[in-house]
Amino acid sequence: MKSLETSLRELRATGRKALVPYFVAGATSDWVRHVEAAVLAGADAVEIGIPFSDPMLDGVVIQNASLRALELGTTIDSIATDLSSIATSVPLIAMTYYNLLYHYGLERVAGKLRECGVVGAIVPDLTVEEAGEWRAAADASDVATIFLVAPSTPPERVALVTSASEGFCYASSRMAVTGSATDSVDVTRVVKRVRDCSDLPTYVGIGISTPQQARAAVNVSDGVIVGSALVRVIHEGGGAREIEQFIGSFRNALDAAGGES
Amino acid sequence: MSDAPDYMSSPDVLGHFGEFGGRFVPEALMPACLELEVAFRDAWSDQTFIDEYQRVLREFAGRPTPITPLPRISAALGIRLFAKREDLAHTGSHKINNVVGQTLLTKRMGKQRVIAETGAGQHGVATATAAARFGMACTVFMGEVDTERQSLNVFRMELLGAKVVPVTSGSRTLKDAVNEAMREWVTCVDDTHYCIGSVMGPHPFPLMVREFQSIIGTESAFQLNELGVACPDLVVACVGGGSNAAGVFAGFANTTARLIGVEAAGGSAVGKGSPGVLHGMKSYLIQDEFGQIEEASSISAGLDYPGIGPEHAHLAKSGRAEYVAIGDDEVLDALKVLSELEGIIPALETAHAVAWILKEAGRSIPSGATVLLNLSGRGDKDVAQVREILRGTA
Ligand SMILES: Cc1ncc(COP(=O)(O)O)c(C=O)c1O
Repeated sequence: MKSLETSLRELRATGRKALVPYFVAGATSDWVRHVEAAVLAGADAVEIGIPFSDPMLDGVVIQNASLRALELGTTIDSIATDLSSIATSVPLIAMTYYNLLYHYGLERVAGKLRECGVVGAIVPDLTVEEAGEWRAAADASDVATIFLVAPSTPPERVALVTSASEGFCYASSRMAVTGSATDSVDVTRVVKRVRDCSDLPTYVGIGISTPQQARAAVNVSDGVIVGSALVRVIHEGGGAREIEQFIGSFRNALDAAGGES
Repeated sequence: MSDAPDYMSSPDVLGHFGEFGGRFVPEALMPACLELEVAFRDAWSDQTFIDEYQRVLREFAGRPTPITPLPRISAALGIRLFAKREDLAHTGSHKINNVVGQTLLTKRMGKQRVIAETGAGQHGVATATAAARFGMACTVFMGEVDTERQSLNVFRMELLGAKVVPVTSGSRTLKDAVNEAMREWVTCVDDTHYCIGSVMGPHPFPLMVREFQSIIGTESAFQLNELGVACPDLVVACVGGGSNAAGVFAGFANTTARLIGVEAAGGSAVGKGSPGVLHGMKSYLIQDEFGQIEEASSISAGLDYPGIGPEHAHLAKSGRAEYVAIGDDEVLDALKVLSELEGIIPALETAHAVAWILKEAGRSIPSGATVLLNLSGRGDKDVAQVREILRGTA
């Protein structure tokens, strides 16, 4: 079992709902301090977005943050250097597009990421069918590959996707790119489809931007991923304090929900 | 049975042409890609569908397009040059062939709406046209830079009842329009078909678009025969994503003809690119040392694309087709030559192919050679831009 899965299964066993914030690496010069602030405020794992020029599954908030990061000269190597100073022990999960990994060299990049504490990777444009080469490289470095299940994924495919997924299963809350929609959305069906096929922890993401949505999601799942809403806080000038507040409000909502079940 | 290689046949079951192609899309779009593949294979083996596609192209789009001998340029260059006149197809380019196929397929799948990306606006206009003809809603994504340099095409699409969405992300050209169309498709995949405009994207798009465009090659082979040409020595087409080239190459892939794809120098994915993954496919891409996609730059919006269809990547790697590049400065001269000597104003995209022929005649094109030029589109959309450039440099 890969390290990520061990950690996330242990977390679930404690009854705590997982809170996984997403950061665009390099969007500000002090982004690593932002990650630390989020962990201090109750994040259980962190998604590290490696910025790509053409983020097909991202809405305008993350697109703009990625562009900013690229303008600041962010690269996989610069991110690795930044991460070497990070003071946290929660699992780090890279989220990026396949071209960056492919271009760097799959084995090299898997090794590089693992060296700086990254134990998982979400690559939204890498389908299960095309993932063979990457999986071999990631396996060699103890990097787990997490695949998304979408509301459109039919049950037969859910079985395929979840059996390929490692660490946790990522259930997308809606048919949308990342963004901060605040309407309520029923995730019961997609989570149930995942749970019917897999006993990995199941986290809900894509379109979770309020503590209320997070609370509703963990009534049926094991955790949430919060991306655009947090990236927006940072874009609007939020620093460590605002991030702690933002993450704290989600932490409280999840703990309250966890207490109910 | 022969042992000769069968070029431009089917990709493997996962949509790979050699090491290129495949499907690199968000999981949310996988079911739609799988459904489309089944629907396409089913339709393309159903004679009723094929008859309907051919009937619409005949009655509505003006097919078959003629082949025109170009005697004055031929004499000047010492070759025998023929043009396949896709500029005479409805909406002024080959784009209509693909769009008629895809809209008929959209109807067959029970979907009510199409979305499309467009660069020069030609594919957008063609999609809007077919959507109007078949009573479908249509939204076209177009980079903001392109909406400015092709503003008349924006107006055309609107006249045809389509909604045009200017794309302001990234380089605000064709590649960003594709990103935006993909993002939109995720939100509406149940009732909407993404009508991709070239032989690119995830499987089955590169195969399907090639098949819908292969009518160019099929007609050409037949028509040349009637003109007494058993097989041309060269077949030359411009390449953005590569659909007009794929269509005409398909008619000659298993002959002795040299196949030449002409890219814009500023968008030369084969010449300057390296293998990578973008827009759902693995292919040659223009990218920086870190794998960030670079902005293509060309005088012609339709060739302003940092990638190339995966089957072309495979044809290039296997050596069956050659890909060359032409710079902006050579394009205007070619446009003038074809206009003045033959009375045909070509699209700026097409002028790249013309420019290569003008440059290579007597060099890599031996004198006396028979050359088929795929005249992919007419220049009406470009004359305002050309006038500005010519006045600026005059
Ligand atoms: C006239 C014409 N030719 C060629 C192209 C390039 O597309 P493709 O390479 O798919 O044929 C375009 C695209 O807009 C076009 O309008």
